[in-house]
Amino acid sequence: MRFGVVRFPGTCDDFDAQEAAARVGDAELLWHGDKDLRGVDAVIVPGGFSYGDYLRVGAIARFAPVMEEVVEFARAGGPVLGICNGFQVLCEAGLLPGALLPNTGRRFLFRQVDLVVERGDTMFTSQSGGTGTTLSIPVKHTSGRFYAPETDLDAMEAGGQVLLRYAPGQNPNGSLRDIAGVTNEAGNVFGLMPHPEHAVDPLTGSTDGLTIFASMAAGVGAHV
Amino acid sequence: MKARVLIRPKVGILDPQGVAVEQALPALGFSGVTDVRVGRMVELEIDDASQLEALCEKLLANTLIEDYEVELLGVEGVA
Repeated sequence: MRFGVVRFPGTCDDFDAQEAAARVGDAELLWHGDKDLRGVDAVIVPGGFSYGDYLRVGAIARFAPVMEEVVEFARAGGPVLGICNGFQVLCEAGLLPGALLPNTGRRFLFRQVDLVVERGDTMFTSQSGGTGTTLSIPVKHTSGRFYAPETDLDAMEAGGQVLLRYAPGQNPNGSLRDIAGVTNEAGNVFGLMPHPEHAVDPLTGSTDGLTIFASMAAGVGAHV
Repeated sequence: MKARVLIRPKVGILDPQGVAVEQALPALGFSGVTDVRVGRMVELEIDDASQLEALCEKLLANTLIEDYEVELLGVEGVA
């Protein structure tokens, strides 16, 4: 199992994502300017401030050469995980529904939050402990308010695309319906605002984030 | 020719920047100001104005959350 972690100018969580993925498989960095995924089994688009967040968060990164390959990989069913800015990039690229708006509280947020696993039977959550499990994972962002029109939200819920929700009373950013993480319709592209790569070692208080990477590794293993 | 693109948050979408500005105004002695909305303006030179709409749809605006309008400001050097 080999993970590829995309690095754009302004990405800052690439090493943590690589380090987290390396605990359950092999992981290497993919350069934004290369139209080449080097045959990896799964792609991670990590957090940071790609292209300085100019224009809109994630808006410019989607045009990076590597993203053409990521889109093709995703459309072919390859597993893609977008974390924070990576989530924003995947929304802008049309791989995930919705958009991320500035936090309602107008502040940069950096805190540990509880997330409820809405579905424990997916390739991103199979090792999470199952539906209804609570995961403790940090958020750190300024634009993390998940938004989509009501009809789209209904369709996402009906299609089982909402995998993670902020625990009751803990929605930090005003996300509609407390949504913290969603997949595409096919279920192979997952984006979330919290940072599972920052919750993989007891040193930082929680290892719950590791379950996301372990799930991906288990999923790819099962398909090979 | 020169064009100006105005991009604003869609009606009904909370605009925290606008709220922040609105809430700052009374402290400066300005009263009676409501519904402040903060958007973006992009000015550009373009050879083929027919590309403007596609350019806005693909990059300058995210039409899920933003509305945009284009103003053509005429050809450079011509009144």
